Amino acid sequence: MNKRRLVERFWKALMIASTAVVIGCLLFIVVTVIWKGLPALSLSMITRIPKGGYYLGKEGGILNAILGSLYLALGATALACVLSLPVVIFLNVYCRKRSRLAELTRFSFDVLWGIPSIVYGAFGFVLMVYFGMRTSLLAGIVTVALLEVPIMSRAIDEVIKLVPRELKEASYSLGATRLETSLKVIIRQCLPGILTGILIAFGRGIGDAASVLFTAGFTDRIPTSLGQPAATLPLAIFFQLGTPFPEVRQRAYASAAILTILILFISVLARVLSRRYTKHVIR
Amino acid sequence: MNDVRSHLSIRNLNVFYGDLQVLKNISLDIPDRKISVIIGPSGCGKTTLLKSMNRLLDHVDEVRVDGEVLVDGEDIYGPNVEVTRIRKKMGLLSQKPQVLPMSIYDNIAYGPRIHGHRDRKRLDFIVRNYLSAAGLWEEVKDRLHHPASRLSVGQQQRLCLARGLAVEPEIILGDEPTSALDPQSSQRIERRLVELKKDYTVVVVTHILRQARRIADYIVFLYLGELVEHGPAQDVFANPRDPRTRAYLTGEIS
Ligand SMILES: Nc1ncnc2c1ncn2[C@@H]1O[C@H](COP(=O)(O)OP(=O)(O)OP(=O)(O)O)[C@@H](O)[C@H]1O
Ligand SMILES: [Mg+2]
Repeated sequence: MNKRRLVERFWKALMIASTAVVIGCLLFIVVTVIWKGLPALSLSMITRIPKGGYYLGKEGGILNAILGSLYLALGATALACVLSLPVVIFLNVYCRKRSRLAELTRFSFDVLWGIPSIVYGAFGFVLMVYFGMRTSLLAGIVTVALLEVPIMSRAIDEVIKLVPRELKEASYSLGATRLETSLKVIIRQCLPGILTGILIAFGRGIGDAASVLFTAGFTDRIPTSLGQPAATLPLAIFFQLGTPFPEVRQRAYASAAILTILILFISVLARVLSRRYTKHVIR
Repeated sequence: MNDVRSHLSIRNLNVFYGDLQVLKNISLDIPDRKISVIIGPSGCGKTTLLKSMNRLLDHVDEVRVDGEVLVDGEDIYGPNVEVTRIRKKMGLLSQKPQVLPMSIYDNIAYGPRIHGHRDRKRLDFIVRNYLSAAGLWEEVKDRLHHPASRLSVGQQQRLCLARGLAVEPEIILGDEPTSALDPQSSQRIERRLVELKKDYTVVVVTHILRQARRIADYIVFLYLGELVEHGPAQDVFANPRDPRTRAYLTGEIS
């Protein structure tokens, strides 16, 4: 009896410790980035684009990278949604439970998920060369969308799988088609989970450097069309960290802080939104 | 029964899940505008029989159906049959009430909207009319736009009934529709069903014999996938012909 209690306590303590480590890591990262970046953070940093010699410590800001990253991640996430939702609905509503095709698709997503983003970058670059494109916002969006699709699909798949069979049957029994059931019942029931899946993919997309290096390129200007190259925050951080000047390296931390705050903000937004949509969800 | 036209007839129906045969050569005429109650021990195929009537079996993997189910004389398993049109002729009540993830109003309007009703006034009328028919209007009329999931389980089941009625079916199917409800809510549903039989053909599965005695006009007794006995309720309850029916009614097998 005593031993069982001891075992129980031991494992519970271990769980609490792991939880503390996870939360601790998040706090540590956020605090480090903000603490190191705050001194360099200024209004001009988020409202101006780099002047000549910015990377040597001269004036300017990283508005080009902030906007570039937002355009890129929003575009890529939208494109990834357009690809992921149909696939996931197809797998869950139209395929049989043990269909070969569904299994193969899920397996592909798992593999694609594990492929490092530099490989996506290289793949995107090959595509660009094939189509005779230059580094551009569009090429970056396509590449990052490909990177996001497996992440988003798998996350949404897990949620849609949980829709009770009886709920679908209720809709079918009223004479709804599979498509109507998907769009009006399943998506509504899963909206909070779908939003979370989209958010996870967005976070991954906005934070990735390797996939945009060859595809979106880098520029000091703010892109005004899909055909122009675009700067991104991860690359801005990378370039600034790589300089020998301490004040520029400090700006790298400030940029990282901006990226982190952006992601935090979007996470909170998604939470709030998904809470608004849970009120109809059937448990 | 011979002069009664039947909405719903079953001819030589066999259903298999993989290699397992769960319904064995069932032939049956469901009488119009009466309550037919399917009884039988657990696992004997009651749910399967009910789901074969509106082709919900289509959504089960590895299922094989042969034989005919005739709705208004048309074999619903025939080629070129539009399954959505067949299902529109039937409302289904499931064991656990399954409201849709939307408001009370939208739950009722869901079916009519799918079938092409767009007019707001008309939808308002439908919602009010069928909520009243299900005996729920008074309780929810002030919160039609609240989530349906916040209703009590008993109210949810009446909402499901109203939702089924709103597509203007001819037949109401119920799979143990009161088994998740408290006695009072069960009684309400029973009373509604009895009231509705003047306009609809009702088929209900139950494992509660007392409920069958209360509401049944016609009894269908299944045992291990076989249709053992069927007939007017008084006859079957008073004079079961098959020894298995007798054993079931006296509680010797369950
Ligand atoms: N999807 C399925 N795949 C394989 N076998 C199934 C499936 N659904 C039901 N069965 C089997 O078919 C038989 C009949 O099931 P059914 O659900 O029709 O019985 P039931 O009479 O409704 O039982 P209960 O009173 O417990 O609800 C059972 O033996 C069951 O195990
Ligand atoms: Mg059953």
